[in-house]
Amino acid sequence: MTAPADPSPASARRPLGVRIWSVAAVPLIVTVLSLLVGALVILFSELLVPGKPFDPLLPLTAYGALIQGSYGGFDAIVSTLVYTTPLVLGGLAVAFGFKAGLFNIGAQGQFLLGALGAVIVGVALADAPAPIAIVAAMTAGIVAGGIWGFIPGFLKAVSGAHEVVSTIMLNYVAVQLLAALVSGPLKVPRSPSPVTFSVGNASFPIVIGTTGHLGIILAILAAALVWWLLFRTTWGFEIRSVGVNPSAARYAGMRPRLITIATMTFSGCLAGLAGTCVLLGVSHSMTSSFGTTVGFDSIAVALLARSNPIGVLPAALLFGSMRAGAGLMQIDANIPVELVDVLQATILLFLVASPVLRRLLRLRGVQAGVTATGKTTALGGEVAR
Amino acid sequence: MDLGAFINGLYGIPVLGVILQAAGYLVAVIPPNAPNIMQQATPLALAALCGVLCERSGVVNIGIEGTMLASAFTAWVVGVVVQPFFGAPDSSGLFGITMPLLIALAAAILVAMAISTLHAWLSISLRADQIISGTIINIAAAGLTGYLNQLISRNSPAGAGEFARFVPPHGLTDLPVIGWIVAMFTNQGPISISVIFLVVGTQVWLFRSRWGLRTRAVGEHPRAAETVGIDVIRLRYRNVIVGGMFAGLAGAFLSIEATNSFQQNMTGGRGFIALAAMIMGRWTPIGSFGAALLFATFLQLGQLINIAPPSGELGSIMATVPPQLFDALPYILTIVILAGVVGRSIPPAADGQPYEREAAT
Repeated sequence: MTAPADPSPASARRPLGVRIWSVAAVPLIVTVLSLLVGALVILFSELLVPGKPFDPLLPLTAYGALIQGSYGGFDAIVSTLVYTTPLVLGGLAVAFGFKAGLFNIGAQGQFLLGALGAVIVGVALADAPAPIAIVAAMTAGIVAGGIWGFIPGFLKAVSGAHEVVSTIMLNYVAVQLLAALVSGPLKVPRSPSPVTFSVGNASFPIVIGTTGHLGIILAILAAALVWWLLFRTTWGFEIRSVGVNPSAARYAGMRPRLITIATMTFSGCLAGLAGTCVLLGVSHSMTSSFGTTVGFDSIAVALLARSNPIGVLPAALLFGSMRAGAGLMQIDANIPVELVDVLQATILLFLVASPVLRRLLRLRGVQAGVTATGKTTALGGEVAR
Repeated sequence: MDLGAFINGLYGIPVLGVILQAAGYLVAVIPPNAPNIMQQATPLALAALCGVLCERSGVVNIGIEGTMLASAFTAWVVGVVVQPFFGAPDSSGLFGITMPLLIALAAAILVAMAISTLHAWLSISLRADQIISGTIINIAAAGLTGYLNQLISRNSPAGAGEFARFVPPHGLTDLPVIGWIVAMFTNQGPISISVIFLVVGTQVWLFRSRWGLRTRAVGEHPRAAETVGIDVIRLRYRNVIVGGMFAGLAGAFLSIEATNSFQQNMTGGRGFIALAAMIMGRWTPIGSFGAALLFATFLQLGQLINIAPPSGELGSIMATVPPQLFDALPYILTIVILAGVVGRSIPPAADGQPYEREAAT
């Protein structure tokens, strides 16, 4: 689907600065352009809310508050890292799928299932010794996310049901499942609103500042692990081969169906870990409206990072800072936090249109944002053999 | 033995009894609720028509969900904005049609066409990945409408009202056996009533007209179509944009016919369910409409079971099931249909493949 070409031998010999520019130019330009569009949106939205004098500098106020909220002081930086953590893991999940030519839009549902698995085991082991409780709750979250990724992978492999539609449908099912369990068997008895008990000892320890939990370290480790898996193991080679050309991979003796199932399951595990981190590290209990924007954000992260596991880190940091600073922006500049969604959407639109961008800006030797490989299959596509 | 006692006897048999009770429940609740089921089916059927038009010409459009959402928002907002210019609404006419509503409807369709043009440009001209293009449209629509909705709803403005339902004469709806079917298709607002005509019209158009024949040719074998002089690129653009009009209608239905409001993400996955309906209907308009009715029945059943729970043994079984299961049923059904039917239904051969003209020699 998106199969960013590996650096050609010629480009590997060029100086490091040139190589970084060739990879990072499009994401950087796209981000700057989106901030400009965001500024226009802010100016335009002033017109929609009558009764106040028109302030041409409002975009600067808003972006200033956004930066203040995400990097103004130690606590703000730690909060940015906390917001970034699930985006790294979710971004890795989506990027990992892309490498095998699979588009996992189900990170949202797998995230919720991961949180659900973590809260079920975490509450049950709330009084157990912390290391045991944490490891068990984490495992449960990862497994639950993995199951939610296995289902679309399995369906794709055996019947050809397109993973895009089945994962989206599973997102909705996950919301209902979560609501049913939290307002049913998991609910604190006689509580006025549906909420679970706290996970107690299964909570992640704080490692940085007052809110920076263990998940921050886990996310960085996961990025390294995914990079190693993809580029240093046979399995990773097979995944990338299937992603580039399933038929050739099959003739080379690989089994695309198995790879599809394994990739989706592992992708689900990563997204499940993202949910686990938010639950054990931030919320510690679950309400029936436990929701997230991590699913959509992860797609943006993976696309911006060009599916590169290391690139996921800065891409996630970008969106993490936006999410972390959006609250202050709403208070200081009276701009709804949803502006972040607008920025994200414009970033994605510019990325897809990046061939045009490259032509307009006369960028040479720069890789496209999202490469068109022309391998979109019909939604009821044929079975990957 | 009279019939009632006989049926009660049948109900006493385990399993079979429950199945019979379920069938009896459906027979009892579906006819009186048929107009509501049609209300649920309307956006699904229109979105599925959009899918049929796109995919028959070889373009996969999973951005239908976002297109619907954007046009639902547009219809509502344009209604809010233009309403003050027309004074007190006179909604006593047929369908409660007022000028602001018509302008809102037109705006919704225009926005949907614009978004479809974007998708066409990305996927046909730039040959970008069509799934990614569609997904980005979905994300962008959710983000923009969410943001603008937050801004606008601060003043909690009143919308322009909604289209009224036509009330068919009692003589027709009280007819035995078919009365409820008449009510189902006629006790509706204008968009909903038009669905049946649009479905039949598209069916005829797709299989009986020159444009339809060319559409199918381009979707199956674009190279061959080009050889006989069909402009593949232009035809795909046209189909995607016309399909967008249907998605715009579906969106407008949600915000100015079914309700008079806009809620964040109010499409609730209908654009994707519609794609499953399209696949189940084997890429034909009438088949898609039938599938949309099936999904709509499931969507409506979830509410019915809460309002009018079945009695007897079936009722006691239902009571133990969490209500969220019924809300999840349409989505589960979509997955099952995708997984089960796909093997037997064959998409247009060139579906999802960008077309590149051969270099002129």
